[in-house]
Amino acid sequence: MKALKLIIPILIFFAVGIYCGKLFFGRGSDVAAPVPSYFSQQAGDGDSTGIAAGTVTGKIHTVKEGSSIQEAVGKANPGDLIRIYPGVYHETVYIDKDNITLQGVIENGEWPVLDGEKKMNDAVLYSGNGILIENLKITNYKGNAIMGQAGNNYVIRNNWIVDTGVYGIFPQYGKNGLVERNILSGIEDAAIYIGMCDNVDVRFNEVYGNVAGIEIENSRHALVEFNYAHDNTGGILAFLTPGLPIKTCYDVIIRSNYIINNNTKNFGAVGSTVSHIPKGTGILVMAADDVTIENNFISGNDNAGITITDYGYAGVDHASDPESEPNSDRITVLNNFMSNNGNNPIDDIKALMVTKLSKLGPDVIAVGGGEGSCIVNPGAYRTFGVDKFANCQATDTRTVVTYLLDKPVAPRATTLDEKGKMTYYAVCSGCHAYNSRLIGPPINAIQALYKNNPQGIIDYITNPVHKREDYPEMPPQSYLTEEARKAVAEYVLTLEK
Amino acid sequence: MNMNRVFSIVLLLALASSVMMVCTPEKDKQAFVLCNTCPPGFELTDDNTCKLRTLYQQYESGNGNERGVGGLKTALPTVRDGFTPQQIDLGRYLFFDPALSKDGTISCASCHQPDKGFSDGLKTGVGIHQASLKRASPTLWNVAFYKKFFWDSRAVSLEDQMAGPLFSEEEMGTTREQLLETINGIEAYRQLFKQAFPKRQADEIQLEEIYTSIAAFESSLISLNSRYDQYAHGYPDALSKAELEGLNIFRSFVARCAECHTPPLFTNQQIAVIGLGEPDDRPLDPGAQTVFNEASMRGGFKVPSLRNITHTAPYSHSGKFDSLRDMVKFYTQGRGHAVPAGEKLHIHWHIWEPQLTDVEVDRLVDFLATLSDESFKPKVPEQVPSGLLPTSVELKQKVITQLKQ
Repeated sequence: MKALKLIIPILIFFAVGIYCGKLFFGRGSDVAAPVPSYFSQQAGDGDSTGIAAGTVTGKIHTVKEGSSIQEAVGKANPGDLIRIYPGVYHETVYIDKDNITLQGVIENGEWPVLDGEKKMNDAVLYSGNGILIENLKITNYKGNAIMGQAGNNYVIRNNWIVDTGVYGIFPQYGKNGLVERNILSGIEDAAIYIGMCDNVDVRFNEVYGNVAGIEIENSRHALVEFNYAHDNTGGILAFLTPGLPIKTCYDVIIRSNYIINNNTKNFGAVGSTVSHIPKGTGILVMAADDVTIENNFISGNDNAGITITDYGYAGVDHASDPESEPNSDRITVLNNFMSNNGNNPIDDIKALMVTKLSKLGPDVIAVGGGEGSCIVNPGAYRTFGVDKFANCQATDTRTVVTYLLDKPVAPRATTLDEKGKMTYYAVCSGCHAYNSRLIGPPINAIQALYKNNPQGIIDYITNPVHKREDYPEMPPQSYLTEEARKAVAEYVLTLEK
Repeated sequence: MNMNRVFSIVLLLALASSVMMVCTPEKDKQAFVLCNTCPPGFELTDDNTCKLRTLYQQYESGNGNERGVGGLKTALPTVRDGFTPQQIDLGRYLFFDPALSKDGTISCASCHQPDKGFSDGLKTGVGIHQASLKRASPTLWNVAFYKKFFWDSRAVSLEDQMAGPLFSEEEMGTTREQLLETINGIEAYRQLFKQAFPKRQADEIQLEEIYTSIAAFESSLISLNSRYDQYAHGYPDALSKAELEGLNIFRSFVARCAECHTPPLFTNQQIAVIGLGEPDDRPLDPGAQTVFNEASMRGGFKVPSLRNITHTAPYSHSGKFDSLRDMVKFYTQGRGHAVPAGEKLHIHWHIWEPQLTDVEVDRLVDFLATLSDESFKPKVPEQVPSGLLPTSVELKQKVITQLKQ
């Protein structure tokens, strides 16, 4: 009955989503693209207003079955929207530019499908800022469905991801991102893996049949809210992993999620951290700090509802890292609904049950070191190892509506003069010095030739001709952007030493 | 070209060569004068220091500019710069001067040769009296960005680091006392140190000044203008199709190269246990275990940068792999396959079974070659203040030839 009560609102939720999706995308397919927006609620305080990804200011590129998404990305400029129509696409799409939207167009229930045929590594790789990826069905890749490296202000939503290898959605080194309304299954590590990121909201996702549902690793300021994590090996995880360049994981709120029946046999790759997670794990906090667990519905997880531990847990055998503190500190367990957890725990927990004279495993278990943690109303749950937890002073996290930033992370402001200077020293100074001969002629000689004529320099460096017998021919510098060539030409004329 | 033009060029060149500019001291065999301009890549500031200017300074790091790890357009880690042109140039003389070793036979440049990617082309280094050293000589390109030095991360600054080889009996074999005595005994150095450290009180050359100068020179070895960098800064045609495929394999989560060899430096500067084992059945090198007195770090080494990697064969801390292709293949031959029997190592989780195809391995090697840039390679001095022959490639070759005999 309880499960039913839970499933009905979820079904309604998705039905509304699909209805609204149809409303937006099901019609005449060549209507100019809308600026993507939420489709089951109005944007409120916590929404992606501070991200700016998906703000389409440029062209719309249309990709239909038989053509290449990557080709469209190649042609796209920042601010452009790439609309991908239903059909099957076998490719790895990489986006190394800023402010690009990849938007699937779902027509009459037909999705655009990226299918890696288990031969390709990743479906989408991006490194740019302001990337939005939505409405794609992605399946049969070996590495990732969507992986970001260093892109800030990202939005990844409404994607349907089935068995894409190691991870499903994996933003890494990104600040200010939103991952929402995705459905992911069949992933052999974490379906949604937030790695070394800052300021991210993960919400309204459904993750099932994965080894790990949602993992927040070495990230700061993460809100994991309104997700449905069921039938994974472990539902929602917050980890600090040693040996990574980011040495902390803190300010994680795991709030109002359904974390149900995460009892799937662990099929993680040998050597991976998650391969050690016992099946039946609801929430696992490992070495992360300042994690708040509130208002979740945690039920039917056969090992334990909530596990709080240091990084030596369950056979995890990382080399230690002197710069990485291994305990989970200041964990706050507020009110949660927990029932029916611990029906079939691992042997270590069974041994504890004997000492506790308990026939069932725990709703909440804390093992290993750590300090400053607290729990509200511990008497309501079966708890192991939380005796040293204090009573929480905090009662709720409602002041945190979102961890997204108020404004998008701005690109570093570089003036044309600075850009010219950087280009001159980074590129030109290998061959030119101000008043002596290196490989090319001295700058003061060039200045005399091109006085008040930056355009002459731009033309020359773009397409050099051999002018002087006593100097080698200059290679073209056309790889520099037009802006950089202009900037450097002007800068060179101002040099004084 | 009209005659006026030709004339003006000739005039200008004549003019240029007559301007006071002292960075070509080899022309003057009698006196050493230190360079008063910065090496390529550095701007000379009004207070006579050299500050690095790179195109990566356009970018913000996702993580507050501190760590310098991420993607293509990510800021670099904090750079060690701000030395004077004179200190950098003095460091260059010291670096190539065999007077810094116990018997005047080897210099820093013996193991860190500019023409060999600032390594030496050997499996492991060769020290004084042809002593065979335990580990490979690491490259010095981009050390200005490093926070840890040596394969086992046992030093945290260049100054810390250089005391290792200088005073190791097997490497340069000198002592602090001998070094100071030698350098103070060379009149040319006394003059040069006065130029490089004009504000000092003491008349004698100090050890710290030697360290500072060499650190200054090493910090000037910048390589950030490879074809990869051109791609990263927004020129899509900088890489060929094969190289782009290689980049995508490199950063994919199947091969996972970029997880530790993270752009823009192509190292995350962490210690990783990857289970290399040693060549020729040598006992396992405990690496970072010894430094940190931590058993779980057994066999752990600092992740090396991959910049200019094609110039620094053979590969790994023990020089186990002759070719880049063999090095790359190591990662797809099975997790722990090279760990000696009886050793239980805490192998890094990114070492797994990616099952890369031969074609993928080829593409990775293609991509790695795009990380080459030696446009700022410094000049080997034609002579050094001690009057000894500056260590050059030829000298090194001689040593190697002797070794082989």
